Amino acid sequence: MILRLAIGSLFARILTVSMTVLAIGLSVALFLGVEKIRTGAKASFADTISGTDLIVGARSGSVQLLLYSVFRIGNATNNITWESYQDIAAHPDVDWIVPISLGDSHRQFRVMGTSPAFFEYYKYRQGRGLAVSSGAIMADLFDAVIGADVAETLGYTVGDPIVVAHGLASFTEHKDQPFRVSGILEKTGTPVDRTVIISMEAIEAIHVDWKNGAQRPGQATPVEAIRHMELTPKAVTAALVGVASPLKTFALQRAINEYPEEPLLAVLPGVALQELWAIVGVAETALLGVSAMVVVTALIGMMATVFSSLNERRREMAIFRAMGARPATIFGLLILEAVLTAAIGAVLGMCLLYLGLFIAQPILDSAFGLWVPIDAPSLREGLVLCGVVAASAIVSLVPALRAYRLSLADGMMVRT
Amino acid sequence: MAPADPILRLNEVRFRWSGRASFAVSVPEFSVAAGETVLLLGESGSGKSTLLSLICGTILANSGQISVSGTDLSTLPNGKRDTFRAEHIGMIFQQFNLLPFGSVLDNILLPLRFAPSRRARSLDPQQEARALCTALGLPIEVVSAKASNLSVGQQQRVAVARALIGRPPIVIADEPTSALDADSQADFLNLLFDQVKSHGTTLLMVSHDQRLAEQFDRVVHMQDIAHIERQAA
Repeated sequence: MILRLAIGSLFARILTVSMTVLAIGLSVALFLGVEKIRTGAKASFADTISGTDLIVGARSGSVQLLLYSVFRIGNATNNITWESYQDIAAHPDVDWIVPISLGDSHRQFRVMGTSPAFFEYYKYRQGRGLAVSSGAIMADLFDAVIGADVAETLGYTVGDPIVVAHGLASFTEHKDQPFRVSGILEKTGTPVDRTVIISMEAIEAIHVDWKNGAQRPGQATPVEAIRHMELTPKAVTAALVGVASPLKTFALQRAINEYPEEPLLAVLPGVALQELWAIVGVAETALLGVSAMVVVTALIGMMATVFSSLNERRREMAIFRAMGARPATIFGLLILEAVLTAAIGAVLGMCLLYLGLFIAQPILDSAFGLWVPIDAPSLREGLVLCGVVAASAIVSLVPALRAYRLSLADGMMVRT
Repeated sequence: MAPADPILRLNEVRFRWSGRASFAVSVPEFSVAAGETVLLLGESGSGKSTLLSLICGTILANSGQISVSGTDLSTLPNGKRDTFRAEHIGMIFQQFNLLPFGSVLDNILLPLRFAPSRRARSLDPQQEARALCTALGLPIEVVSAKASNLSVGQQQRVAVARALIGRPPIVIADEPTSALDADSQADFLNLLFDQVKSHGTTLLMVSHDQRLAEQFDRVVHMQDIAHIERQAA
């Protein structure tokens, strides 16, 4: 009956109570939403590359290697010679190897030279492969496959010509050898979306007339002549490696790192991703901290509401006292009220969260390549909700204590 | 004149409100016999409310004894005193007696929540609540209505039902008729007296209205039993 009266009392103040419930609900939804996006972003981030056991590049730092080879951020300090690449490829523990050659760009997008094996072995989001949404992967020397963002931003369709610029922010273009868009990849949410992919041979082809980073003066080699040239690459920027057996990963990594002819670096993508996340994850943690503060603010708002309601409820408390309720009962009643309010708020927050996820999931996926799974509430989320309810009990101690004192002083007679 | 068998007895009671405006009440001797109906007359500021709070045990006397049903209130610890009040005293206020958000039934049964023996005395509390409502002239459908939907007159009758449920030995009424018009006052008093007489309940009513006097066994003037001291701050 006390519970029923407490609920009745809450209903009598439905407007202020529902505002409090809404504030708590929104803050809880925000907090859990940020948490969801945080874990989703972390998972998506870790899913940028999967299925690759080692990334190999010139010796630098593991995060730097990961940044330029996978995220196309920054530049390689050095290349791997084609001989070293061949040596690694011939290593018995290597199952497959995909070369990556970077250094050119098209508009704001990076151009990556690679072998057709890239489309077979590059995996993201737990083993998903790349797929062509229109056209086909390159068949001709001057064919290019472009990522979804490239196609969308520049409005390209299959068959459009594109000209690759030398370097990354350069006005020198490889105008003599225009490319043709042969295929557009499906959206992946990875840096592949922002990449123009051409063959390793094409990278060589466009640099035929170049030496030491400058165009050779004189007549350009005609395209037909290039087609008949030997276009073996002289160097690669990095390589993605798959090992024959997972047990051999560390042995192969050590073998590459100790390669005597050239200083090389092999990193485990997962480890490097975690190192990188440790850097960028700080911002996410800050966001989580801010949303936790929003929850605290909502709870303090509830405390203020309970406080301001005390005066108008002195009569109610006097009736309870006259009927034989102890001041401790009044105290408990206020705590109970706060807990009920917070519990309803927490449930509302959960509903808002799932509603929001349901609406936002496809948008986040297509716009940011961020996959936020809709799962049953995790234990962690359950603990967050319990924490909010417990915190509401704690903050309501203050007004409850005041009510206790008031009811002790007033007794049955309200002297106002 | 001290009754032979007092259910309520105050002896050399002194109480002083702490605070800036010092206000002290002393009651040398006052007692009420079991089953007696007493009207305590006094103007506002005559210490009536303080006296009722003392009898109900929500405030404690600085000195002297207040015994209710033979128990000295000052010997009870705080929590026990609250339960004791719930067990022994039915309380009716001037107005705003009921929790407006509760149903009439919830309001009537509320004191039983805090008084286990009073609840045990009532075999079927809900049935008793309905019977009391009927006896007090309330339509039966009122029982499940929300208290705030009732007229003031109906609310006062519900307050009587609440005070009487589980048959506490004493009913204390603090100006219960002041919010009612003259006709309703008479009806209300008649119904109240029917109930307390048929159960042999002791009734102590506080009022400033002399016209209520005729139905009571005894009329006591506040200034005859209590001495007020006031000091300007």
